[in-house]
Amino acid sequence: MSIYLDHAATTPMRESALQALVAAHARVGNPASIHGPGQAARAVLEEARERVAATVGADPIEVIFTSGGTESINLALKGLYWQRNAGVRRPVLLVPDGEHHATIDTVEWLVSHEGAITVPIPLDEHGSISVSALNDALAEHGDAVAAVTAIWANNEVGTIQPVEEISRVCAAAGVPLHLDAVAAYGHADIDLRALRTASNARGNAGPVAISISAHKIGGPIGIGALVLSRQGAVEPLLHGGGQQRQVRSGTQDVPAAVAFAAAAGESERERASEHARLERLRDHLIDGVLTAIPNARLSGLTGEGRLDNNVHIAFPGAQGDSLLFLLDMAGVAVSTGSACQAGIPEPSHVLLAMGRDEAAARSVLRFTLGHTTTAADVDACLGALPAAYASAARAGLSNRAV
Amino acid sequence: MSGGVDSAVAAARAVEAGHEVVGVHLALSRMPGTLRTGSRGCCTIEDSMDAQRAANIIGIPYYVWDFSERFKLDVVDDFIAEYSAGRTPNPCMRCNEKIKFAALLEKALDLGFDAVCTGHYAGIVKDDQGNIELHRASAWAKDQSYVLGVLTAEQLKHCYFPLADTPTKALVRAEAEERGLSVANKPDSHDICFIPDGDTRGWLADRVGTQTGEIVDRAGNVVGSHEGAHAYTVGQRRGLHLGTPAPDGRPRFVLEVRPKTNEVIVGPKEALATAEIAGSRYTWAGLAPENPTESFDCEVQIRAHADPVPAVARIAETEDGTELHIIPETPLDGVAPGQTAVVYVGTRVLGQCTIDRTVSAVPAGALG
Repeated sequence: MSIYLDHAATTPMRESALQALVAAHARVGNPASIHGPGQAARAVLEEARERVAATVGADPIEVIFTSGGTESINLALKGLYWQRNAGVRRPVLLVPDGEHHATIDTVEWLVSHEGAITVPIPLDEHGSISVSALNDALAEHGDAVAAVTAIWANNEVGTIQPVEEISRVCAAAGVPLHLDAVAAYGHADIDLRALRTASNARGNAGPVAISISAHKIGGPIGIGALVLSRQGAVEPLLHGGGQQRQVRSGTQDVPAAVAFAAAAGESERERASEHARLERLRDHLIDGVLTAIPNARLSGLTGEGRLDNNVHIAFPGAQGDSLLFLLDMAGVAVSTGSACQAGIPEPSHVLLAMGRDEAAARSVLRFTLGHTTTAADVDACLGALPAAYASAARAGLSNRAV
Repeated sequence: MSGGVDSAVAAARAVEAGHEVVGVHLALSRMPGTLRTGSRGCCTIEDSMDAQRAANIIGIPYYVWDFSERFKLDVVDDFIAEYSAGRTPNPCMRCNEKIKFAALLEKALDLGFDAVCTGHYAGIVKDDQGNIELHRASAWAKDQSYVLGVLTAEQLKHCYFPLADTPTKALVRAEAEERGLSVANKPDSHDICFIPDGDTRGWLADRVGTQTGEIVDRAGNVVGSHEGAHAYTVGQRRGLHLGTPAPDGRPRFVLEVRPKTNEVIVGPKEALATAEIAGSRYTWAGLAPENPTESFDCEVQIRAHADPVPAVARIAETEDGTELHIIPETPLDGVAPGQTAVVYVGTRVLGQCTIDRTVSAVPAGALG
């Protein structure tokens, strides 16, 4: 028995993406070359760009292919910060608590190397970003604000953020906003054009950049995109051949882009039906866990406020990594959801930001569903959980001083 | 699995013996160092990667278990406290006592495992009645029973040392090579794992601070100064920087560290000779002697690589309880409070104590 419930880490590659990847690798041609093979590669690449653009409400020129979510986030945050600080000083970055480490660590780097000043925006008990606190911070720091960043949907606890309201206050304040949609992509309606219209965004203000990654939706690992509004401006991270609006130099990975496009197209076509299916499975899993283990506690929101594929639960008295181990031994692969350093799970900084204590933040498991998940998978997980919880609770929080 | 060759081969042998084996690497430092340098360090990222790679090759699952909080309290803080109290602790023994065969073992038993298997070179034997005994490894040169001397019968019941009978490390390395384990030629780790650059004195100074104090001889004459008594170890000769030569011109050694008065006592080598050792924190590695208050013949070993010395020992009454009291047949050199005295009968580890006090073989006044 091998049950995979960690689709937020990475999800199986779709057959269409795999075939597209292999087929494209069989053809020669650098899309920057002028000759026939180069032009052929370019044609395939640009078609892929159009298909990806169509899944996020963007024009093709607005899709900058990158190596993945982490690079996209680095490019957006450093790029916006440098661009906004050219000739003037705007040191303030408004950063919600509980962001992904790609954001946290990039911001930390800007603080230590570029003199950035970060102003945290708190989360409520469900993990939602406080828009009023964001608005207050924008008013307080005014023209000193370089940029705002926010996760579209929290990758750990699955809370979908009030993206439209966040966009509106940023647009009104004339400040660019980056949205990390890596976890949301494929599970939420991501439409840059609609979002800019709804938030009355102008120029390099309001939502200008959205980070996405292919392998979260069944594309290959190693490619993602920064969806950068044509009115958005960033300084590049990489310098060289000036590819992709001079924003991201480097020979473009045509096979990966084609596979990304295949997965994106399929994921987008299926999204409505998958949403309904995944929500049912998700709620069945949540109900099953809370029934079997009454003192377990769901983190985040229920219903439409939660990613359709995310279940995040605290198991009082047990350690997340003990539970993970026992479920793995039983053939069920899940995650503690939190960042690892050398394989050591840290207490969830998202749960801490939601006001929970460290014991709770170490007691969590994240189950994430995906396009291959079946009801039988969910039932098998529910079957293995009570015994795992009993053992893990006996082992307790064994690293803690007694 | 530390990421070293011994635990990798031990794991492979355990699998071959038919056990269901899971590789566990202990995360003992909250902020693991980056990469290994030379032979130092046992909790670097590279070590954890090496352990994982070995597990992959052996074909067993691999996990990292975080004991950094316990390790800090039970081993690192204890190490600092012991030095601050003028003693010389052995952190590897503390780690075996409190982490590897305590916290880790308890968690493992709770999660459904039967034993902790490590790459230690020591033997576990059952006597006629089925009582567990801890013995020296068959190869004296690699024997690690000393650092396991702190284990009790209950702990030993759940220990498994597949390298017990391997005559040399070279054979273990050859076996690792044959099994395709990339750690086959990895250097041994010798130093204290949480002091990666090996500079114990500097590491302690950063944590306990430095405070100038006096170096005095046994007659109480000030013969020099130091930057903090905690940095000195009984038996130490180098780094004293004494301004006043000894009357006889011979080298002087640290005889005692007195943290309360921040004094370091020095004297001639002969004064290091220890006639008696005693410690109130003692344990038996298996069955205790039948009449431990009666003197019994044994051998005592006071360092991991020291030779054992014939001795008589007994449990003696003290003002606040009991202690293991050991009289070596010939005086021992360089015994420091805080060290562990392990007591053997033949190859069997009988028990141990952390040394609280020593009695010099040469009373003050007899020598300078």
